[in-house]
Amino acid sequence: MTISNNGVAKEEGNTKVTSLKSFFSFLITFILMFLSWIVLSGKFDPLLLWLGGISSFLVAYYFYDLLFPAMEPGYIKVFFRFIRYTPWLIWEIIKANFHLLYLAFHPRMKDLIDPHIITFKTNLKSDIAIATLANSITLTPGTITVTADQDGVFRVHAIDRESAEALPGTMLKKVAQVFGEEI
Amino acid sequence: MDILVVLFLVIGLFFFLGGAVGIIRMPDFYTRLHPAGKLDTLGIFAMVTGLAIYNLHHFSLEALLLCAKMFLIVFFVFLSSPTATHSIVDAGMRAGLRHWTKKKGKG
Repeated sequence: MTISNNGVAKEEGNTKVTSLKSFFSFLITFILMFLSWIVLSGKFDPLLLWLGGISSFLVAYYFYDLLFPAMEPGYIKVFFRFIRYTPWLIWEIIKANFHLLYLAFHPRMKDLIDPHIITFKTNLKSDIAIATLANSITLTPGTITVTADQDGVFRVHAIDRESAEALPGTMLKKVAQVFGEEI
Repeated sequence: MDILVVLFLVIGLFFFLGGAVGIIRMPDFYTRLHPAGKLDTLGIFAMVTGLAIYNLHHFSLEALLLCAKMFLIVFFVFLSSPTATHSIVDAGMRAGLRHWTKKKGKG
């Protein structure tokens, strides 16, 4: 930090923005760590709160770039859109569970299932969008993500025709909308 | 209130039972992972909800904190279960295991 401060004026402006961003990610990491300390300890003695504050400060100071590597203002919007995406995902998970439960107890199960692997390409760019879509696919009806790479190519193992045809469909649209990407 | 608790616990147990039965009955490695990875998530969610309601009989801050801790377990299972399932499937693919298809007849 001190070295770049001695540089040219243009670089100085950049450093200011970067340090502000890293300060925000530090602050958010600190708040998260402190909240989880309070929840996990459950005691409100001043001594314990101080110890928690000091240790979360140390963790946030050294590891602030692990959880939120680049804090952009747009991330707050993404966060709220992700919260709106969650209830739909939970509903899909519940449907997935009932579907599989039905399959597991069905006496002629082997006639109903028809496992195969499908491949499709998406235009998702960011890592977090791809990871979210991969995890959502694994959680929902009869599909497991086999591979997902950085170009947005997914290979999915589907347990029957019905769940294979539903892909990528609505889920891709919703995930792309959450992270503000084009399909 | 107790009826609700028992109902949630029974639902959770039913899901876990379904998961176990599914693991035994499915024809091959990949299809076995479907019930193993998914029925557990809703099973643990239902059971923890039941326990949380039971725990809130005497409402206090400590009980509330305990509930928060229990739902943290659910949160981490929701995160780690698909990831683990995915990596097991990926390992199977890398090792070159073919998946069961209907055309082969008996798997």
